[in-house]
Amino acid sequence: MDIHEYQAKELLSGFGVPVPRGSVAYSPDQAVYTATELGGWHWAVKAQVHSGARGKAGGVKLCRTYHEVDAAARELLGKRLVTDQTGPEGKPVQRVYVEVAEPFERELYLGIVLDRKAERVRVIASAEGGMDIEELANTAPEKIMQVVVEPAVGLQAFQARQIAFGLDLNIRQVSRAVTAIMGAYRAFRDLDATMVEINPLVVTRDDRVLALDAKMSFDDNAMFRQRAVADMRDPSQDDPREVQAAEHNLNYVGLDGDIGCIINGAGLAMATMDTIKYAGGAPANFLDVGGGASPERVANSFRLVLSDHNVKAILVNIFAGINRCDWVAQGVVQACNDIDITVPLIVRLAGTNEEEGRRIIRDSGLPIISADSLTEAAGKAVSAARAYAAR
Amino acid sequence: MSILINEKTKILIQGFTGDKGSFHAKEMIDYGTKVVGGVTPGKGGSTHLGLPVFNTVADAVAATGAEASITFVAPAFCADAIMEAADAGIQLVCSITDGIPAQDMMRVKRYLMRYPKERRTLMVGPNCAGIISPGKAMLGIMPGHIYKPGKVGIVSRSGTLGYEAAAQMKLLGIGVSTSVGIGGDPINGSSFLDHLMKFEEDPDTEAVVMIGEIGGPQEAEASAWVKENMSKPVVGYVAGLTAPKGRRMGHAGAIISATGDSAAEKSEIMRSYGLTVAPSAGELGSTVAAMLAGR
Repeated sequence: MDIHEYQAKELLSGFGVPVPRGSVAYSPDQAVYTATELGGWHWAVKAQVHSGARGKAGGVKLCRTYHEVDAAARELLGKRLVTDQTGPEGKPVQRVYVEVAEPFERELYLGIVLDRKAERVRVIASAEGGMDIEELANTAPEKIMQVVVEPAVGLQAFQARQIAFGLDLNIRQVSRAVTAIMGAYRAFRDLDATMVEINPLVVTRDDRVLALDAKMSFDDNAMFRQRAVADMRDPSQDDPREVQAAEHNLNYVGLDGDIGCIINGAGLAMATMDTIKYAGGAPANFLDVGGGASPERVANSFRLVLSDHNVKAILVNIFAGINRCDWVAQGVVQACNDIDITVPLIVRLAGTNEEEGRRIIRDSGLPIISADSLTEAAGKAVSAARAYAAR
Repeated sequence: MSILINEKTKILIQGFTGDKGSFHAKEMIDYGTKVVGGVTPGKGGSTHLGLPVFNTVADAVAATGAEASITFVAPAFCADAIMEAADAGIQLVCSITDGIPAQDMMRVKRYLMRYPKERRTLMVGPNCAGIISPGKAMLGIMPGHIYKPGKVGIVSRSGTLGYEAAAQMKLLGIGVSTSVGIGGDPINGSSFLDHLMKFEEDPDTEAVVMIGEIGGPQEAEASAWVKENMSKPVVGYVAGLTAPKGRRMGHAGAIISATGDSAAEKSEIMRSYGLTVAPSAGELGSTVAAMLAGR
């Protein structure tokens, strides 16, 4: 789960990471009022969307007058911001963050991530902040410092000092950078984050160290014990179909193709999508119905897949372990009776109670195309989608 | 023979009396698995499915000599259950539970490292279908009837894709020595490599199928080991060719981020280390058959 910059700064600030003064605004009037409250001479008005690279996309405006703050907020609010990371449809801007802008001397990079290979938390820092760290990792890996955290004791102050001295800071700046690094790490650990990125971490003329931008992502599996973080979810930033899927506890990711997929198990779902491609077609979505595929879940899955109007055929592929093919078959038949499904439907059932499941499909009298194997199912789905498109 | 479990392995069910624990314990017992009892804190002293229930894993081990356990414990409490099993001397813990926080798993793995290698607990999962040595024992939630006993090992991240491989092989008359689901989470108890090493040592395993997914470094690491150390042929497959970059595909682990994480890259890495890569998931069985015939 991702959150907005202003939320990340609010959380980090609670762990002692210094951030510039700022406040969120939902309207141009509120933005101007916020600027007057904050005081100062310059303000940054920043579009709040779940994406990086906002600056390049015109989502961050530096303002010198209240009039400019008003104009910036007017321009940003209500539009969709398209960045390198959002895809062509962009993300809606419903809030802006108004922040006191102050001059700084240096831009540094600080990141904390869950490293799958080491199975540990890794702190990453570079004296070259403000730029794309992945690109820097490719072109000049020697400019990136990395520290792996021992899970039994957590990040130690000496490790934070190593990083701070490595960033070529003077001694006053070092102690402030250590506070920021340790604070960011504690936020990561205590809030079950999977990523904290402060890019840039800036150094001001008077030796202060500030998080000028901040991104945080969290472990969905841990949200049961992080209610305050979970409440920060902003559904407007997610694909509406994925939000709808999440409400039904289904796992859905929309894609560009035209064959809708309803499958149990993430691995089998990906493999089925690949097999469709291998057979010359294109999957419209990833959808894992999961272990307890009740008739209701199956019906919800059909509604979700059909909400994508590109879909020209639906492939249901179930390999039942915990599931039972007869339940799934009943769910499919019920969904066909309840929902108006005009596109061809291909069903492949295997595993627990497969004979019974296939019999239910056969006896239903519905125009369902049955398949025994994965390859056969994918092939039939591809030709059915073509035939439907050519109709 | 087989790896990890056989008909003699004494098995304990953690979360024994819950709905899921009861259902799958019964399935495992019906399959012929030697289940010796279960643990549910607060229900010690009672009997469930004709077997004793204990309050702690330590009590259960003392009374039954259990060697392996399986956890049907809610995500919030599962890390605790795994560490309890390790502390009681259980040598193999299989965790079916989906949804354990990543930081909990980091702590679990660190905790397991407290023990010297020769008596360190091996963990399989979490978020996996478990382990089956066909015809001998089942420590998981798979449909037992799709596996034919035989000499090919399967190690898969995905449960259902592991079923797919076993069922395709059975149709072609090829049996399985042991099938292990290592799970779809970013941090696994054990890796492809851990199980490939065991299959290499198992005299009754003649070949192995390794089924990976997008995301993470495990497949590449295991493939490199295969080239250097493995005498038995390995068929590989990686799901997720059509997965878009940067998107999570159900399994928390299945997200493409860094270089070398995509299905195409991983398949190429497998090929470069001499594995036979199945062209599609529908051809897992036929690829194994062709490889066995060609030896």
